[in-house]
Amino acid sequence: MTAKALSEGELVSVIGLEVHVQLETDTKIFCGCSTEPADGEAPNTRTCPTCLGLPGALPVVNEGAVEAAVKVGKALDADIAEQTRFHRKNYYYPDLPKNFQITQYDAPICADGSLEVSVAGRRREIGIQRAHLEEDPGSLQHQGGSIDTADYTLVDYNRAGTPLMEIVTDPDFRTPTETRAFLAKLEEVLEYLGVFDAARDGSLRIDANISLIPEADVGEGGSIDTDALASANRTEVKNISSHKGAEQALAYEVTRQKNAVQRGRAVEQETRHWDESRGITVSMRSKEAEKDYRYFREADLPPLSVRGWRERIDIPELPDARRERFREAYGLDEESAAKLTSTKAVADFYEDVAGRFDPDLAATWVADNLLGELNYRDMSITDVDHRLEEFARLVELVDAGEITTKNAEEVVLRTMLDEGDDPDAVIDAEGLGTAPDEEVAVAVGEAIEENSDAVADYHAGEGGAINFLVGQVMGKTGGSADPGDVNELLRERLEE
Amino acid sequence: MAHNAFITRETIDGADDGPLSGRTVAVKDNISTEGVRTTCGSAMLESYVPPYDATVVERLKQAGATIVGKTNMDEFGMGGTTETSAYGPVENPADSGHVPGGSSGGSAAAVAAGEADLALGSDTGGSVRNPAAFCGVVGIKPTYGLVSRYGLVAYANSLEQIGPIAQTVEDAAALLDVISGPDPNDGTTRFDLAGDDGGAADDRSAADGGSATHPATDANYAAAADGDVNGTTVGVVTDLLEGADDRVVDRFEATLDDLRSQGVDTVEVSLDSVEHAVQAYYVIAMSEASSNLARFDGVRYGVSGGDEGNWNESFARAREDGFGEEVKRRILLGTYALSAGYHDKYYQKAQDARAWVKRDFDDAFERADVLATPTMPVLPPALGESLSDPLQLYLMDANTVPVNLANLPAISVPAGEADGLPVGLQFVGPKFGEEAIVRAASAVEG
Repeated sequence: MTAKALSEGELVSVIGLEVHVQLETDTKIFCGCSTEPADGEAPNTRTCPTCLGLPGALPVVNEGAVEAAVKVGKALDADIAEQTRFHRKNYYYPDLPKNFQITQYDAPICADGSLEVSVAGRRREIGIQRAHLEEDPGSLQHQGGSIDTADYTLVDYNRAGTPLMEIVTDPDFRTPTETRAFLAKLEEVLEYLGVFDAARDGSLRIDANISLIPEADVGEGGSIDTDALASANRTEVKNISSHKGAEQALAYEVTRQKNAVQRGRAVEQETRHWDESRGITVSMRSKEAEKDYRYFREADLPPLSVRGWRERIDIPELPDARRERFREAYGLDEESAAKLTSTKAVADFYEDVAGRFDPDLAATWVADNLLGELNYRDMSITDVDHRLEEFARLVELVDAGEITTKNAEEVVLRTMLDEGDDPDAVIDAEGLGTAPDEEVAVAVGEAIEENSDAVADYHAGEGGAINFLVGQVMGKTGGSADPGDVNELLRERLEE
Repeated sequence: MAHNAFITRETIDGADDGPLSGRTVAVKDNISTEGVRTTCGSAMLESYVPPYDATVVERLKQAGATIVGKTNMDEFGMGGTTETSAYGPVENPADSGHVPGGSSGGSAAAVAAGEADLALGSDTGGSVRNPAAFCGVVGIKPTYGLVSRYGLVAYANSLEQIGPIAQTVEDAAALLDVISGPDPNDGTTRFDLAGDDGGAADDRSAADGGSATHPATDANYAAAADGDVNGTTVGVVTDLLEGADDRVVDRFEATLDDLRSQGVDTVEVSLDSVEHAVQAYYVIAMSEASSNLARFDGVRYGVSGGDEGNWNESFARAREDGFGEEVKRRILLGTYALSAGYHDKYYQKAQDARAWVKRDFDDAFERADVLATPTMPVLPPALGESLSDPLQLYLMDANTVPVNLANLPAISVPAGEADGLPVGLQFVGPKFGEEAIVRAASAVEG
């Protein structure tokens, strides 16, 4: 299509994603090396003959990676192939130990699935063309510059052989925002399945394809005319590593391409590189010849039958279903239900606490207090997953009235997170147990006696006076009295 | 000592006792030995020292064998005369003016010259059987998946197996007993992984059976060398006699007469597909080689391309300097055969032919217990005679490559001499029919 034709109507963006996610397995996909980087590990130490591509070494498929892939397939409601089949993708690159990558080609383990996302309150179903297994290459470290300008480049094969799943969507996105919502949802689902760790560096890598087509070529229900799509010049944007990055890179591309069309220039079919620090995409050597990967079967990996695995392998309740159930079972509003199902660890913890104490109290404590304080400290629930019983104990103390909500929130929880102490220890150390009734009664009497002006104001009908007096009592009791109770007690005494 | 059979002489001691205690074994130099350089007959790997042992080497050590060195070979197994080695040609101990065959020429020559009791070779399209025949010793190419390839530097990984070479059928079979069996490091030996439909979409042997037990587990190959062939039906592959040297055919026929006198029935079988086997074999082998040898880029091991220019230029220099002519030829042709636009015309067609060869063998084994052909259609060429004509060399493989295409077992056993040069007879067995071919070959020795 010509630039002129494009400029005659509104343009619609058609976007598809290729998402690479590292699968959480104990060992690499074709050898016994750990996938877990050791603290401060030296380059090229978490390797063996197989993942280094030494002459004579052979790959053996890690069934754990195949199981993880089947879980993903189930969660994406995809067809699962009856047996694994691997191909070699041949290309030379210094991060590739064998100068070919073992991947899946004509028979991906998962095909024809979908994932529903909610964008601005609207439900959208994104088609999943395929999801296949492959090995991660090593990583390059450019010294003294970037990929073009470095003095030299070092290569580290510690990452080589980490199981990757490449998830390819249909071109179902119409806006950059939708891609961001999809990626967040995908990550949430993968995390629920226990096959993905978002915190791991490089665990998510995204390539995006974007074409602009005239609105006239969009049919009923948003279907895209395939000829129109085929004739539109497609841009592939690489090097995206976050949800936000995807949205920003694609928003940049939409603007760039619309500008080009408006100025009567054709959009070139090319691959562009997202430069996150500059917030722009840059062309990577334009018009590079179409790559020929010379795919052929990997004879070293006999097909592994996975017939029956779909039935055999269970997956947990997924976030959407759990959210609905939480709303019904615990009477939560939409926002709380969403927060409490944001990760499987949070949802599991909430269910545990809600089962033992008041579900509303549990919701406030988990969704607002705990997650809020964690978020403030740039932490997540996984950072404290070995201490969840301590947090449940804190809720128990509040539920039993042994500590005030205020102290629990402002002192105990924060100290627990900052100092690593358990709640009972914090309460002991700070003397925060709920003040006995007699102590509160004494403090109320003193407050009235010592503040005759405030008492007069109270009787004159000044609303602020009671709050002042409550504050005085709270101060005398070291905050261990319940402000509501104090308020009530003060009114009783003042009306006597 | 004068045959140049070894690239590296180095003694590696095995366990104190075991079935191979007191026996010396020469190991082809494309089989990885921890701490001992493994060159594959290539300048590329002149100083490459593997940090690990191939599974077969571990098994040799456990069996009490003493490894006496790493044997000369065609570069990366690409040749049939051992003349493409970067370490000089090997002389045939039977007649030093002639080639020992290849690519495991050093292994066969070492055994023939008595420099080792036993040897390991590797057979991608005949590389064990060819030199065994030319040097007058016994060589076995096992069924694909019988022996672990872990540590064997790949030339064409869907075709090759490590195989034993020895003076006698029984010795070769005893060595096979030691090296065969499942290996967790080689998925093609993992019968426990095969599903009930394994092999439906593929043709690899290990996935075909669906049996949970590896065939070597209950086998005793050495015990099968009992010479008892009374009542055995041998199929004579007529297609592979046409075009063979008359002197070779004469020895072949005389050997069959002897077998008939021992109670063997012979039937003629025809394999229509075999006339395409050489073309199919070379397309597949070169295609796989173009990928298998891609890792030799000078970054992690082998000849370095240095720091000048970009990485692409460095890779190119390493490969230009490290690889010999025949290796370059095969990588180029294989890359071409896999390329977009040619893949269907060459690689896919070769796969179709491979499937056809397999079906032909299946049919033949409905009529015969084992099949027989001359191992090589010619007598060993003189040194230097064939190096300048690759096509002539490729055609020399006509009788051996169909076996690799079909993943079947075969043995070459000496069948006398013609003009003072050894002639080998090849028996081909059904899948995992190693005992049948060992038995038949032992009757030839008789």
